[in-house]
Amino acid sequence: MASVPEKIRVREEVAAWHPGQIWKPPSDVQRWIDLIFRRLCVAFAAITIVLIVFLVLEIGVKAVPAFRDHGLAFLYGTTWDPNTHRYGILPEIWGTLYTSLLALFFGSAFGIAAAIFLSEGYLGETVFKILKVFNLHFHPFWGHLPERLEALLKNLIELLAAVPSVVYGLWGLFVVIPLIRPGCNWLHAQFGRFPLFSTDLSGPGILPAVFVLSIMILPTITAISRDALVSVPPKLRMAAYGLGATRWETILGVLLPTASRGIFGGVVLAFGRALGETMALAMLVGNANRLTVSLFSPANTLAALLANSFPEAGAKEIPVLMYAALVLLAITFVVNIFGAIVLERAAGKAEAR
Amino acid sequence: MSDDKPVTAKQPSHAETLLRRAEEQAAKDPFAGVDFAELELSLYRPRTLFSIILSWIVSGMTLLALVPLFAVLWMLIWRGGQKLSLALFTQLPPAPLEQGGGFGNAILGTVIMVGIATVITVPLGVLTGVYLAQAGSTRLAAGVRFSAKVLTGFPSILAGVFAYGAIVLATGGYSSIAGGIALSILMLPTIILTAESAIAMVPAKMKEASIGLGATGTQTVWMVLLPTAMPGILTGVMLAVARAAGETAPLLFTALFSNYWLASNGRVNLMQPTASLAVLIYNFSGMPFKNQVELAWAAALVLVALVLVTNLIGQSFSRQQVNQ
Repeated sequence: MASVPEKIRVREEVAAWHPGQIWKPPSDVQRWIDLIFRRLCVAFAAITIVLIVFLVLEIGVKAVPAFRDHGLAFLYGTTWDPNTHRYGILPEIWGTLYTSLLALFFGSAFGIAAAIFLSEGYLGETVFKILKVFNLHFHPFWGHLPERLEALLKNLIELLAAVPSVVYGLWGLFVVIPLIRPGCNWLHAQFGRFPLFSTDLSGPGILPAVFVLSIMILPTITAISRDALVSVPPKLRMAAYGLGATRWETILGVLLPTASRGIFGGVVLAFGRALGETMALAMLVGNANRLTVSLFSPANTLAALLANSFPEAGAKEIPVLMYAALVLLAITFVVNIFGAIVLERAAGKAEAR
Repeated sequence: MSDDKPVTAKQPSHAETLLRRAEEQAAKDPFAGVDFAELELSLYRPRTLFSIILSWIVSGMTLLALVPLFAVLWMLIWRGGQKLSLALFTQLPPAPLEQGGGFGNAILGTVIMVGIATVITVPLGVLTGVYLAQAGSTRLAAGVRFSAKVLTGFPSILAGVFAYGAIVLATGGYSSIAGGIALSILMLPTIILTAESAIAMVPAKMKEASIGLGATGTQTVWMVLLPTAMPGILTGVMLAVARAAGETAPLLFTALFSNYWLASNGRVNLMQPTASLAVLIYNFSGMPFKNQVELAWAAALVLVALVLVTNLIGQSFSRQQVNQ
């Protein structure tokens, strides 16, 4: 602030031209407060970046001893034995990817269907038709029902994400597993020679975990896909209808391809969520150090391993768990950054249209 | 077309001839060659049948997707509601095989740790949001925005691992402070991103008027931007609080669990293991005792009620903003 004297002079001059105005230029104290506040905001903003760097360093540094002991063999070892000090996390990496991909498959199918249902306004349309039968479709109260129900439906799907994962875990443990066990055991008895059904469901296992996981990622996919579908320019839809396309020819031929980048970004972000999801999996996946493709067998994931082993870990096991945490961090960061870039590109494209 | 070339009568191209012919046809009968029956929505036409079937499939899938929500809520009310009583909120968790008991300390622990996290993140997140909304597209702003987006997908368990390494190991014990800091990492990105968008939505003319009257940037922020953007910011804070209240993974090995109240001999000690509703549900659900499992269901009901009410309050703020 080398030029303060000059600014004071300017201020006095300005004040002299306009006596008795409601406005006035800022005083020096206000200028200094302004400067300090600006710097504070910049510093706080920079903390976010520092925080990420610190997170990675903290986990990375704590993992160094384990990296020195086990090297890259840790990534493809299959035993986890604290007594002989032999550790490997291949089953956990496999379990993480396997459960996440399966959940992504079901979550995307239902999530995108729900996004289409919401963006097409099926519910509002149906309610409008019903109201029309009773001639209430322009009624001051009932006439608003279609859009209110649409908003309610959207909120309900978002509420799926608001239920804490530990509650889903509890529900899975005491409701879903007893419910699906007879069916799963029948499948095993009938089609046991297929690798997918090669074990029976004796309690926690991959299928209940995948079931709950897909419910948890569905709202992410629906919200982002719906935004992408809604932001498709209406003229494209009108053009398709004008050419005589049916509703689904329009959806499959025009809307979905145009919104595909946004939808893909949402799916990738949901994949990141699924990879890092902890509690529902820790409660439902069975915590067995097993490399399997069977849907009914217990398995383990990286996040569940951390959740179950950390509270009881001795000083020797901590670095090993930090190493596992680093692997999880690397996988989720790659997926999340990829998803964020895809979504940013999609948004850029939508603006360019 | 340049002027110096002589204009010659052009021979119409093939496309132009076709266009002319089509126009003449349209002038005579605009709907010639259109089969109107083909455009009807009918179950007997493969094209429209396909459309109708897919519409039904999508509607069915959406309804199916909502079944779990109602199933969970119904189970919570049915199994947790049976156990609901005032004693749950005032008593301590029971020992194995003991009857009765409650989770008063867990409710208090959840509230305290979410409170610690809120106190840390709200100033940090809102001021970062102010910076992002004001700075536009500088390099730092782009970096911060990207970091916040990456942090939204940050696995919650890793926040626990980080807080364990940075705070539990450093201070030598599990504590509610460590739990609160772990939760704050998960709350931060939500608050930053919602605060930024809420502030960016304040009309530019309000900001310009304030500066035109001689307010500094800081005065504009405090007297114009923040009050106007307050509903949006509060929505973000409430959503972040609701999410943090339900988080279990970051608390498992930062706050651990405790069967006792935080205060002993009239003094509150935040540097000791602390109970929370979420961890209580996790611990008790794995126990082979009927009483504990019932308590887990009741705790889940209380937790979901807490989270949903916080969510609804947040949504009511955002409705205010829409009405403005």
